[in-house]
Amino acid sequence: MSVPRLRVPKTAKKGEVITIKSLIEHPMESGFRKGPDGKMVPRMIINKFTASFNGKQFFGANIQPSVSANPYIEFDAKIDADGTFDFAWTDDKGVVTKAQAKITVAAA
Amino acid sequence: MLTDLSRRSALKATGLVAGASILPALPALAAPDTVAVAMDAIKKLTGGKEPVKGKIKLNLPQIAENGNTVPLGVTVDSPMTVDSHVEEITVFVTKNPLPIAIAFLFTPESGKAEASTHIRLAGTQDVIAVAKMSDGTFCIDTKNCKVTIGGCGG
Repeated sequence: MSVPRLRVPKTAKKGEVITIKSLIEHPMESGFRKGPDGKMVPRMIINKFTASFNGKQFFGANIQPSVSANPYIEFDAKIDADGTFDFAWTDDKGVVTKAQAKITVAAA
Repeated sequence: MLTDLSRRSALKATGLVAGASILPALPALAAPDTVAVAMDAIKKLTGGKEPVKGKIKLNLPQIAENGNTVPLGVTVDSPMTVDSHVEEITVFVTKNPLPIAIAFLFTPESGKAEASTHIRLAGTQDVIAVAKMSDGTFCIDTKNCKVTIGGCGG
């Protein structure tokens, strides 16, 4: 799978709620589509997304074939301390794509 | 083999419904089926509890030119504290082959009960968002989206 694209602020104030945007390139083959040979194209999607901060999951998504190709997910996180975000996308074959981002709490 | 079977049963069913003309009856046949499946899926999630309106807001364009990628956003008015937060927002689609599009899982550390994504819509349909609160209650919002080009292969 491709390298996921992320937009995470580098700094935040203590207690601030930040918005994170994520996008990963993936065909998200729904399993309901016929290929050029007239046969159904087998389902192959990303079915799970998780976002953790300092090792604790704070957001996740269970994804179904109704989500568009190159799944884009936007969500929020409340920042109380410096730390590292871990993002993970899992596909139907069990392949996990991971990404990381760091954030520091700026003195207010 | 599988496609053969479904076509045969579909033809048989249209014969029962309309008899005279097959073509106009086909969309009518497909519609109540998936809607019922979606409603059943909502009931399964809420465990028979009646979800209340308000609090949750589903953002969806009224008209989508391309059903392959329709921007969708959900927001729930919640303080997101340990005692009172949103646990899950599930998005149901009433005319796609599968009833659930996506489920967002939240924790108090999410800060806001807000998420966006892009979904596929097979045709003009109602999209329903159901939020599960930490106190066991449910909120619901429904939006209709007119789709000019469907987005599930086809």
